Amino acid sequence: MKVELFIRRFNPETDTKSRMVRYEVEVEPTDRLLDALNAIKWYQDGTLTFRKSCAHGICGSDAMLINGVNRLACKVLIKDLGDRITVEPLRGFRVIKDLVVDMEPFFAAYRSVKPYLINDEPAPRTERRQSPEERERFDDTTKCILCAACTTSCPSFWANEDYIGPAAIVNAHRFLFDSRDRGAAERVDILNSKFGVWRCRTIFNCADACPRGIEVTRAIQDVKRFLLNARI
Amino acid sequence: MWAWILHRVTGVGVMIFIVIHILDTWLIGFGPEVYDTVMNIYRHPIFRLGEVALVGALLFHALNGLRVILIDFWPEAGLFQKQRQLFQVVVVLFFILYVPVAGYMIWDIIY
Ligand code: HEM
Ligand code: SF4
Ligand code: FES
Repeated sequence: MKVELFIRRFNPETDTKSRMVRYEVEVEPTDRLLDALNAIKWYQDGTLTFRKSCAHGICGSDAMLINGVNRLACKVLIKDLGDRITVEPLRGFRVIKDLVVDMEPFFAAYRSVKPYLINDEPAPRTERRQSPEERERFDDTTKCILCAACTTSCPSFWANEDYIGPAAIVNAHRFLFDSRDRGAAERVDILNSKFGVWRCRTIFNCADACPRGIEVTRAIQDVKRFLLNARI
Repeated sequence: MWAWILHRVTGVGVMIFIVIHILDTWLIGFGPEVYDTVMNIYRHPIFRLGEVALVGALLFHALNGLRVILIDFWPEAGLFQKQRQLFQVVVVLFFILYVPVAGYMIWDIIY
């Protein structure tokens, strides 16, 4: 089938403003949007710039605004998008070129919550044991691929780019609720700060956007309740 | 997202009303004449329609506020996946409560 793609393009060397460019490609309904983008880049216009790597929804590099919602280009099928498709860069970050945005602030927010296991207690002779129930507590938030679909769909983040955003909170949740972790005290300052969890207004855009089906809003509320009850 | 947009619009709307209301009540300090003149303006049908809107805004805000509180503080109920249905419940409840009240208020303006 033939589809029309309207892609928001921006070349920092020649453009002052982004512009929509129309392309026509021949694709199968069961192709992914990424296949259509590749068809343009490989056979029509090699200057079209976008990130992709795994092409299987696991590296998190090709989240973009597709028909007005954040999706992974490698995961969404043409047949679910119709024959007039708009593709734009994620909102809220500086556009470097075309669909490529500057993700550095996103990873800075991610690093700020110390997304790694913190435990200074002497290591036991064997492994640090965890029951299936304890593992289940944070199972959902282990699935994050850091694609930024959630953070860049959030009106609170659009309004204030210093808000650490849903993705950073999801990854804080991953360790806060890990029974082996002892780092809560080191994370609460940023999570409880004015750029932390309290900027969340329970809007649910993040949960709707997450390509991994993580209940992002639930994770954020878990952290809010954790901070309310914390005795640290 | 629409639930939140409506919640903010109604929240800010009600807040603006309260500020105006505090100011007009404060006018009583200038004597009953001043106060009554201003209160007479409120009897104008435009303002009375505004009151109908105010009741609606407050009602929606309160109902959706309860929705958010339930979702946040009752995680065991798993309302996160059902937030859309819960919003539909809010909308239905809103109309059940608001239609008779608004109907009565408008009837009162006309007759
Ligand atoms: C009567 C005067 C009221 C005013 C002026 C008011 C105003 C506001 C405003 C401006 C917000 C911020 C919205 C946002 O950040 O998006 C808000 C949030 C909220 N209000 Fe109200 N409100 C009032 C009454 C109520 C009532 C009666 C309830 C519940 C029974 C309620 C529950 C809430 C909740 C739960 C939020 C947080 C929503 C969220 O962050 O997701 N409010 N209110
Ligand atoms: S929580 Fe979901 S949407 Fe957000 S960065 Fe992780 S995988 Fe992407
Ligand atoms: S290319 Fe890796 S997630 Fe899409």
